[in-house]
Amino acid sequence: MTAATVVTGMGVLAPTGLGTTAHWSATLRGRSAIGPITRFDGTPYSSRLAAEINGFVAADHLPSRLLPQTDHMTRLALVAADWALQDAALVPAELPEYGAGVVTASSAGGFEFGHRELEKLWSKGPEHVSAYQSFAWFYAVNTGQISIRHGLRGPSGVLVTEQAGGLDAIAQARRHLRAGIPAMIGGGVDGSPCPWGWVAQQTSGRLSVARDPARAYLPFGEGAAGHVPGDGGALFVLERADTAAERGVRWYGEIAGYAATFDPPPGSGRPPTLRRAIERALDDAGAAPADIGVVFADAAGVPDLDRAEAEALRAVFGPYGVPVTAPKTMTGRLGAGGAALDLATALLALERGVIPPTVNVTRPVPAYEIDLVPRPRRVPLTAALVLARGHGGFNAAMVVRGGRGTRLPDNARRSETCRS
Amino acid sequence: MNRRVAITGIGVVAPEAVGTKRFWDLLTAGRTATRRITFFDPSPFRSQVAAEVDFDPLREGLSPQQVRRMDRTTQFAVVSARESLADSGLGAPDLDPSRTGVVIGSAVGATMSLEREYVVVSDGGRRHLVDEEYAVRHLFGHFVPSSIAAEVAWDVGAEGPVATVSTGCTSGLDSVGHAVELIREGTADVMVAGATDAPISPITMACFDAIKATTPRKDDPATASRPFDRTRNGFVLGEGAAVFVLEELEHARRRGARLRAEISGFATRSNAYHMTGLRADGREMAEAIRAALAQARTSPQDVAYVNAHGSGTKQNDRHETAAFKRALGEHAYRVPVSGIKSMIGHSLGAIGSLEIAACALAIEDGVIPPTANLHEPDPECDLDYVPLRARESRVDTALTVGSGFGGFQSAMVLSAVDRDDR
Repeated sequence: MTAATVVTGMGVLAPTGLGTTAHWSATLRGRSAIGPITRFDGTPYSSRLAAEINGFVAADHLPSRLLPQTDHMTRLALVAADWALQDAALVPAELPEYGAGVVTASSAGGFEFGHRELEKLWSKGPEHVSAYQSFAWFYAVNTGQISIRHGLRGPSGVLVTEQAGGLDAIAQARRHLRAGIPAMIGGGVDGSPCPWGWVAQQTSGRLSVARDPARAYLPFGEGAAGHVPGDGGALFVLERADTAAERGVRWYGEIAGYAATFDPPPGSGRPPTLRRAIERALDDAGAAPADIGVVFADAAGVPDLDRAEAEALRAVFGPYGVPVTAPKTMTGRLGAGGAALDLATALLALERGVIPPTVNVTRPVPAYEIDLVPRPRRVPLTAALVLARGHGGFNAAMVVRGGRGTRLPDNARRSETCRS
Repeated sequence: MNRRVAITGIGVVAPEAVGTKRFWDLLTAGRTATRRITFFDPSPFRSQVAAEVDFDPLREGLSPQQVRRMDRTTQFAVVSARESLADSGLGAPDLDPSRTGVVIGSAVGATMSLEREYVVVSDGGRRHLVDEEYAVRHLFGHFVPSSIAAEVAWDVGAEGPVATVSTGCTSGLDSVGHAVELIREGTADVMVAGATDAPISPITMACFDAIKATTPRKDDPATASRPFDRTRNGFVLGEGAAVFVLEELEHARRRGARLRAEISGFATRSNAYHMTGLRADGREMAEAIRAALAQARTSPQDVAYVNAHGSGTKQNDRHETAAFKRALGEHAYRVPVSGIKSMIGHSLGAIGSLEIAACALAIEDGVIPPTANLHEPDPECDLDYVPLRARESRVDTALTVGSGFGGFQSAMVLSAVDRDDR
């Protein structure tokens, strides 16, 4: 019998707030963080709205020597890892040698850092390129930096499946726990808030060109026409239930089931595979559809993709068969951080018995036949399903169970006040 | 229920060697494929040598549309995957899409296309607010290296777990290791897995120049990559890909597949020390080797060949020599150790998979590829590095290791399958 994988700590940095409490309360209040880009001049671009992290001063949290060598998203990730470890009251140095590792998801690396160095190379010459460029932009940077900062010498990794990555990284961390590693950090924190990254994202054809923040990202809604990017995400401390119990810590919930599938190419005539990912994740969790109290949807905000997700949900749960929510209507889509943030929100929802809302979608498409939750709904919850899809056909589904040890509110508050 | 994993197909794109046979011929002949860079004018750079692939994607069977939308890295991966699939003989009846997945490693993804497109949208670096009017529509695919695995999955027809793994220079071991885990745990029966990189671009040269990681040697490009040699002074950048068909052993046996080698052990550890630096003691790499051997239920004495990371930097070769001694004990002095980066350069994420291919071929052929350019032994590197010439030797068990930026240290054990029965 494999010991359950439980979440004993989380670190959240999101456009909705820094820290678990700030994020959760803004989410429950339905406060969207979508607005005009401020990190650079967005006026030359077709898409001008973003969900940015506000009020984050890296120097308040990280030693100054780390600042010249880190991209914005790496700084956020380092702080998320600090907060997650503090929240779990886990001191890696007290673990056996090689007893902890880190798996993060990446989507495009430290693009803002990379933009700056490309600019130096091409406007001034090779000798002006930073000595940190060799690693500050690359996809493995967050895992490497977190591992170094906390002395995590166990198995580590980096998965790149675009927006699905947050769940895939946590599933990989779970594999390491099952193989006997006592503790893992897993999740994703992301963001490419620079003009070069922005133009690259626009070419996906999926960024909203709306000017009104309340109309820009309307998943499952009439008038859905793309999404808004954001930055941030979440990292978790994952442990085996038995060792967490030995340490005497409580946990937010259990990573109970997971599956990943990949869609056939467009025009192949073969059916999409999200439904199979959901069914396998439920099987893996030993759960029936009726056990799931809420679905955190991928919520692409693009009609074809919304329809495909709604069809998969209808096939598994029946028409209006389960409450569906998309709090990312407040944060935008966070690259590799989005699914991880949804997982954090799902765990908090389980703990508090409240489904957080989907904002701005005033007119859901009736043909989808989904129970989209427009305002906080208080219901007893034992399990949640989190879905994530990455550009090109990546699908990931994860079932989380709550109900073993309540952690609010002291732990959440602690992570809010943690500063290193 | 102990599921084992065999390599049943191999596909390679390597410098001077598109295709597995040419790759093996190059290595066993001890020829080097390093040369002065031809992709751009290297004169402004400190390091001016690389191991480039002469590669025509149309001739290799890609369609004009695929060529347009795929970065060179992705093209390498798709071409290698096709060769490995053809080599495996795996066809429709035995290939259940839902039980088939793809994992491709890449350290730096679509670096070449990203730089090329950046130069256009920024008008040669002059515009900070880059111009969206000049962005090609396939830029997003270059932006997210997940597109590499996606393209391979489309080409193969995989609908199981699909991912790009990006752990710097251990990507090529970690991607295959991840795929092996997915077969062992029962998620998939077939995984098309390997790694690719095509990093030879001004930004890559500039960033390695800045930390003096690549060799400044310009006089004789063909001998520029000198792992374990006293005169080594940095690595030579390379490019390429190797992709395998990995199959659950019974699945492969049922269809009568040729079993090239078994992947019997894999482990990865981190040094948690420095993003680019290595401690001299090789402790974490030794631990990865120890864990991989334990998983393979193999003792150090059984290792008949070690494929070294052997990048040719001062610190790497010292670090890894220490790791071999720490993990293998006295046996480290007896086992042949060689570094194929001496011939095909260091293709970052791809090289780990190219080195797995070399191990599988060494097991199959009973030939150990040499370390080229090793004329002056370094007293700090005092093992048997198989200098200059390939060596005939029965190899039932091979060990290959990787070490990369970010502190990643990985090790994989390959074994002959059913050799006693033959």
